[in-house]
Amino acid sequence: MPDYAWPDAEHRTLIGKRITRVDSPAKVSGQAKYTYDVHRPGMLYGKVLRCPYPHAKVVSVDTSAAEKMPGVKAVHIVQGPGANIHWAGDDIVAVAAVDERAAEDAIGAIKVTYQQLPYLVSDAEPPQGAAQEQGPLSMDDIDDMLDNQVPSQQMVNQIQQYGITAKPTEDILKMLKSDGATDAVLDAIRAATLHPGAGTQTKSNYQKAAAQTLGDPDKGFAEAEVVSEGVYGIPVITHCCLESHGSISEWTDEDHLFTHISTQNVSGIPGQMAEPLKIPATNIHVHQDHIGGGFGSKFSPDRWGIYTAEISKKADGKPVRVMLERDAELKVAGARPSAYARVKVGAKKDGTIVAWQSESWGTGGPGGGGMPPIPYVFTIPNQRKQHTAIRNNIGPARAWRAPNHPQAAVLTMCALDDLAAKLNMDPVEFFGKNLDITKPRQDIYREELAIASDLMGWKQKWHPRGQNESGGTVRGVGVSFHTWGGRGHSSDCDLTIHPDGSVDLKMGSQDLGTGTRTCILMVAADTLGIPMEAIQLQIGDTNYPRSGGSGGSTTIGGVSSSTRRGAVDARDALFAKVAPSLNAQPDQLECVNGTVRVKGDSSKSLSWKEACSKLGAMPLTVRGKNPDKDKPPDLTNSGVGGVQMAEVEVDIETGIVKVKKMVAVQDCGLVVNLKTAESQCHGALIMGISYALFEEKVMDQATGRMLNADMQFYRLAGLNDIPELVVHMMTGKGYDERGVIGLGEPPVISPGAAISNAVANAIGVRVSFLPLTPDRVLAALGQKAGA
Amino acid sequence: MRDDDPNLKVSEDKPESSRVSRRDFLKISGISVAVPLVAGPQTVLAAGEEVPVHGPGKVPMEFTINGKSYKANLEPRVTLLDALRDEFELTGAKRVCDRAECGACTVLMENKPVYACSVLAIEAQRKPITTVEALMQNGKLHPVQQAFVDSDASQCGFCTPGFVVACKAFLDKHPQPSPEDVRRGLSGNLCRCGTYHGIQQVIAQMAQKGA
Repeated sequence: MPDYAWPDAEHRTLIGKRITRVDSPAKVSGQAKYTYDVHRPGMLYGKVLRCPYPHAKVVSVDTSAAEKMPGVKAVHIVQGPGANIHWAGDDIVAVAAVDERAAEDAIGAIKVTYQQLPYLVSDAEPPQGAAQEQGPLSMDDIDDMLDNQVPSQQMVNQIQQYGITAKPTEDILKMLKSDGATDAVLDAIRAATLHPGAGTQTKSNYQKAAAQTLGDPDKGFAEAEVVSEGVYGIPVITHCCLESHGSISEWTDEDHLFTHISTQNVSGIPGQMAEPLKIPATNIHVHQDHIGGGFGSKFSPDRWGIYTAEISKKADGKPVRVMLERDAELKVAGARPSAYARVKVGAKKDGTIVAWQSESWGTGGPGGGGMPPIPYVFTIPNQRKQHTAIRNNIGPARAWRAPNHPQAAVLTMCALDDLAAKLNMDPVEFFGKNLDITKPRQDIYREELAIASDLMGWKQKWHPRGQNESGGTVRGVGVSFHTWGGRGHSSDCDLTIHPDGSVDLKMGSQDLGTGTRTCILMVAADTLGIPMEAIQLQIGDTNYPRSGGSGGSTTIGGVSSSTRRGAVDARDALFAKVAPSLNAQPDQLECVNGTVRVKGDSSKSLSWKEACSKLGAMPLTVRGKNPDKDKPPDLTNSGVGGVQMAEVEVDIETGIVKVKKMVAVQDCGLVVNLKTAESQCHGALIMGISYALFEEKVMDQATGRMLNADMQFYRLAGLNDIPELVVHMMTGKGYDERGVIGLGEPPVISPGAAISNAVANAIGVRVSFLPLTPDRVLAALGQKAGA
Repeated sequence: MRDDDPNLKVSEDKPESSRVSRRDFLKISGISVAVPLVAGPQTVLAAGEEVPVHGPGKVPMEFTINGKSYKANLEPRVTLLDALRDEFELTGAKRVCDRAECGACTVLMENKPVYACSVLAIEAQRKPITTVEALMQNGKLHPVQQAFVDSDASQCGFCTPGFVVACKAFLDKHPQPSPEDVRRGLSGNLCRCGTYHGIQQVIAQMAQKGA
């Protein structure tokens, strides 16, 4: 059996080193082509009429004038009379025309009437007793969930938990599938418990989503010597991908579609487009070279991806481009659910945490949403918690880096930090004391906490709350902990060695800007003993072996494993062909430094090119796979820790918070490329500063629309907001041998909580909700002064 | 067209010119006029003077971009960014906010950085335009571009071309910038992945070289 295991440190030439990103030159020179940059011959430009109301029924649509306008090639009603619209900005009519201006003018000539319906866009604390039990689901409920883009797993959970009201026919299931139901959802429906008596009740906006108890919370609080109570929260924010969502679709013949789409999920797109377009998935060709940001919001072709293909068909198959406008991108292309909680938490005088109680709520738009995993990281022995999901009309939620974890970190770490303050304990000492309830990662956290404290200079900087209030500005420090799973998604690749010595590797994956291309090449080159430049890598196309969607920090585990297995098998197949010429057995050979040679005998050596010429006329192609039980070991792993610290300066006259320094200490098993891994952490800290201080999807209660759907008032952090950033990756013994683990999610989880805690330390009082805007800081200071 | 207005009459035989001065524009916008949907030369008499009018149909335009001449028939409402991207397939400058908030479309006009999304193409005629595509010379990256590569200052890369052009223009003007200069001078470009740490290193590296 060949040895697929990662080479140890002495035998790694590239893996674990700092390697420059291979696609940087294309990106810095403007040569890298994104979906938005694709310009197909005869391309038409699509524009979309969007519903201005947050909840409405479409009454009539008149496109007759638009259809006659010059330059207009096709008009397509996306949601016609009778359709229920659940958020402002939802797609109603799409137009394809010879240029954007003509399409825009045509949109202006379309007349739509709506019946406006009652709406809710608030996610304020639900009124007492408002929350309703969810009953069994009707097929209409399930269709609504699909309309509302409720994530597949959430739908499956609800179907399993509550059952259904009527057994659906295969025809109905087929219809659900064409509306976007995943196979997992259909299977859940088939297996669901039937409650035929239960009619559809009128839905409340407030749904009891979870009620859980662990241990004996009453006894726990009775034993607690210090109890802290507070309210904490983190609002809905958007993904704000700089490249908006969208695609360019064209029909190469009657039933073959070619689509360029901005996606995190190249291989997964055809399967999602096939049913709605009524063509086999094999007839859908997807291509993407580069993607301008996804962050969890680009796994599906989306409603607009489907109608772009449909309108192309109406326009005789001509290529049609529909890329979302910036306002639409912020309104409809996904948002991170909010989470708020009233938390009560108790400890012994020595700091041992004994009890937790929370009433939490939040919204993920029309689909509601689940409870974040609270209390987070720290498994407090006695817990009572309940969660209310608010179903409202703010637009659909999507996975946003580390779904539910940044929320859980804020609700938990801020509550625990307040408890530490009430105990008059240094939070580092307090959290350190409770690390035994972070099993199984207590040793990792202990190590990381010590390193973070050193890098921050915590001992010198920390002071008890409120003992720092001289002058106009005050400083404080805060800490937070996080965790994430990882593992590797399924991934296939084809690695080919040609008789002339050239090598290519094909994989239907995508590089989100995380460095995936670079890491694949590092693994292949390290294994074959040749330079990275000697390997031609092709990704981003459905003509290549399928590889999973880039979500949940699973990409690096998947692609590095399939590449390693493919490269080892290709190398060994080459050894078998070369061995006779070197008078050796294949297992005596190694490839190092562009040569194939007998181990320990450098006189018996062939250059890579000479070795490959022994292949004969035909190239050698092998398929690498992940997972692959027949080719152990598992090269990836799951479960990381991570500790972050923030230092802030607050101007107590203006309420302006400036982050002065952030420290991230992060483990992720075997780091493939230290350079891009550090960049990932730097980027996550910056994104965290952005959502901690600035970001919020602000809804107008009077109109139900998003007020800040642009980049002036939906504020992202800029260069001016960036402090000293220190990143420390845990590597070496205890980490490397775990295998490769992803890094997309973990470092973005803690910044909100760490910064909020630092502000509390600075100003002596908790600012309950993110973002920590000047008005909120001043209000908290005012309350403190009034208290 | 209001033909009862004695001050307003269209003269069809004037030679084509697509230059509208600010003064002309003020005059035109001060009068009520509906121009027919035809391309080509027109002037209107406004406040006793003849003023050229363009559009709303397509008018011929000519540009100098990266030292080359480009021609196209465009409506006057087309932005420089859309002309670059959709007409000339110079897609380095990106369309992100489309309203002068993020800097992803930054190009140089007469050597000064501008947001191409907020300049009308018609106004960019006869002003030399430099896009990110022109910074690479003979297959070699510009030092600022090389510094971006070395400092890993791009992730998804969608803000990068705009940032590269802005950094180049900034460093041309401030070869020895203080950290405060950098904060102020480069705050007009936004990144979502969080590459600012790398960009700070780019500036530090370039400032050192300039010393």
